[in-house]
Amino acid sequence: MNPSAQQPERPSPSRRRFIKHGIALGAALAAGRAAPAHAQLPPAPDDPSRVVGGPMLPYGERSRFEEALREKGPPSMPDEWGGNFTPLGEMLGTITPSALHYEVCRGGVPTIDPKKHRLLIHGMVDRPLILTIEEIRRLPSASRILFLECAGNTRSEWAAPMAPSVQFTHGLTSCSEWTGVALSLLLREAGARKNASWIVAEGADATGNERSIPMAKAMDDVLVAYGQNGEALRPGNGYPLRLIVPGWEGNINTKWLRRIKVVDSPYMTRMESPDHTSLMPDGKARQFLFVMEAKSVITFPSGAQRLPGLGFYEIKGLAWSGRGLVRRVEVSADGGKTWRDAKLQAPLLRFAHARFRLDWRWDGREAVLQSRCTDETGYVQPTLAELVKVRGVNTIYHNNAIQSWKVAADGNVHNVHV
Amino acid sequence: MSTSSQSKWASTAPFKHLPESDGAGASGARTCACSLSRPLRRRTPGVIVAGVLLLVAGFGPPAAAQLPTYGVGRPPTVEEVKAWDLTIPPDGQGLPEGSGTAALGKPIYAGRCASCHGDKGEDPKYRVLTGGRRTLTAAELPKNVDWLLGGEPALTIGSFWQYATTLWSYINRAQPFDEPGSLRADEVYAVTAYLLYLNGVIGENDVIDAKTLPRVKMPNRDGFVPDARPDVGKTARTRKR
Repeated sequence: MNPSAQQPERPSPSRRRFIKHGIALGAALAAGRAAPAHAQLPPAPDDPSRVVGGPMLPYGERSRFEEALREKGPPSMPDEWGGNFTPLGEMLGTITPSALHYEVCRGGVPTIDPKKHRLLIHGMVDRPLILTIEEIRRLPSASRILFLECAGNTRSEWAAPMAPSVQFTHGLTSCSEWTGVALSLLLREAGARKNASWIVAEGADATGNERSIPMAKAMDDVLVAYGQNGEALRPGNGYPLRLIVPGWEGNINTKWLRRIKVVDSPYMTRMESPDHTSLMPDGKARQFLFVMEAKSVITFPSGAQRLPGLGFYEIKGLAWSGRGLVRRVEVSADGGKTWRDAKLQAPLLRFAHARFRLDWRWDGREAVLQSRCTDETGYVQPTLAELVKVRGVNTIYHNNAIQSWKVAADGNVHNVHV
Repeated sequence: MSTSSQSKWASTAPFKHLPESDGAGASGARTCACSLSRPLRRRTPGVIVAGVLLLVAGFGPPAAAQLPTYGVGRPPTVEEVKAWDLTIPPDGQGLPEGSGTAALGKPIYAGRCASCHGDKGEDPKYRVLTGGRRTLTAAELPKNVDWLLGGEPALTIGSFWQYATTLWSYINRAQPFDEPGSLRADEVYAVTAYLLYLNGVIGENDVIDAKTLPRVKMPNRDGFVPDARPDVGKTARTRKR
């Protein structure tokens, strides 16, 4: 599908000015946060062109007026356990800033000295080996823009609309440029044996996060990554070394990678048996659900945001598919009765977030906004009712249902099931 | 990812026809004290020849480099592998010596585990560990956002876990939460036995060790099926626009 095929209706310039003003006001009202850190700093000058500015910094910070933050959940668990949700409603474009990339930890974020860190590759290989980070960085490298999504993203939404905002319904997905070495290169160099059918990857964190990965995927497109968005990985995202497994559930993208064992059967680790299995209505659980199926969500307008008045708004959102390219995103403003094609931001990349946009005029009446994506395999993102009919409400993982946001007559946006 | 750029480098095949003697001199300084050196030496021609080519190209590989094409890396020692190779598969391969029973595990559990998980693994605060048998088809709606931590169905060790080896491996590596890896092998066997006993899987005085643990058949051993997706939303449909 040609992303530019859909020509949006353009608002008049005067109308656009009004709208821009209105959205800014709405954002300010919606923010409603605790006093920001810049409260102690001198106020910004009325005319910044009349005073000398501040010094340039060796390592940059965002403007003191920017306040988007990750938020950790669930609150019942210790700070070292759970998810740190990306504020998708405040993200622009397709790349997630490294400082706001989602994280999931079950034993805290380890502090790892890269000079001491080692990668061990052993098991069914002809040449078991230990590599330092410095040695890994000498090897032929590649960079790819890829999304990650926790298998449990949107898990709160199976039975009822529970989370107030897109940060908590969908914030366990992010998209970065990852740089590293092809795992296939390391496995070939180590002499992985022909009868080996799986690898077990292990992290150096307190839980020793372990996952079994089929050899076919390991030899296909997996990266042993040390770079994220042009610099080293962030600690919460695996510093100094992690696996990036394109399109597959977040947990298998082993962070703090220190060991790869080449084996001939899955090891049934804690994170693949019992966790990351999905219980079906008949009491059986599906296992090894690797691929993240096509999914999309509107990030504006979305839950807990507020439209300040009638008129023009650009509906914005993200779409992605673990099976490759997003081909099409449709948007409905009437709860799924009618659909319009959204514009897709080029270039579209396989296994990356795609930004979609659609011009929309709010007439002040209640509206239910939805997005639905189709990927390169022809797979169409299902409704929640379609998913629940087959899988029930107890499967926890892999909820890729169409999300509904209700714009109430007062402009407030709510998470709803329709 | 484009793998075309590395594929021609990742194989040692192009180097194999070169004479072995070319490599022997270049690796004269090569010493390998580890016990893995013997099987390695049998395979040295490719390694050494590749190393020579890299030397010619200006990259001097260290002695005993393990990546034949790139001349970096070294073989691990037996101790290094042993220290990290802790993941236990269903057949029990790698389980250490030692043993324990539920009776021996009860006081260890009380001292190291109960504050988070309750006296009998019943505390939902950080995941219920016991009970829950015959609740897997419960249609009850979630009681809270994170229903996994309470309510039904209850996915416990006894109701849901497939393999007892997973339990041993996880306790050994990751528990207690605030002191991961601090239990000795005997203690891990004993706590594992206690949790299996609390779940009605074994008797109070059954000995759990490297031989018996893999033989424990968990109640839900056969409760898992392969991925059946795409099962929903599969078809691209023509819709009214």
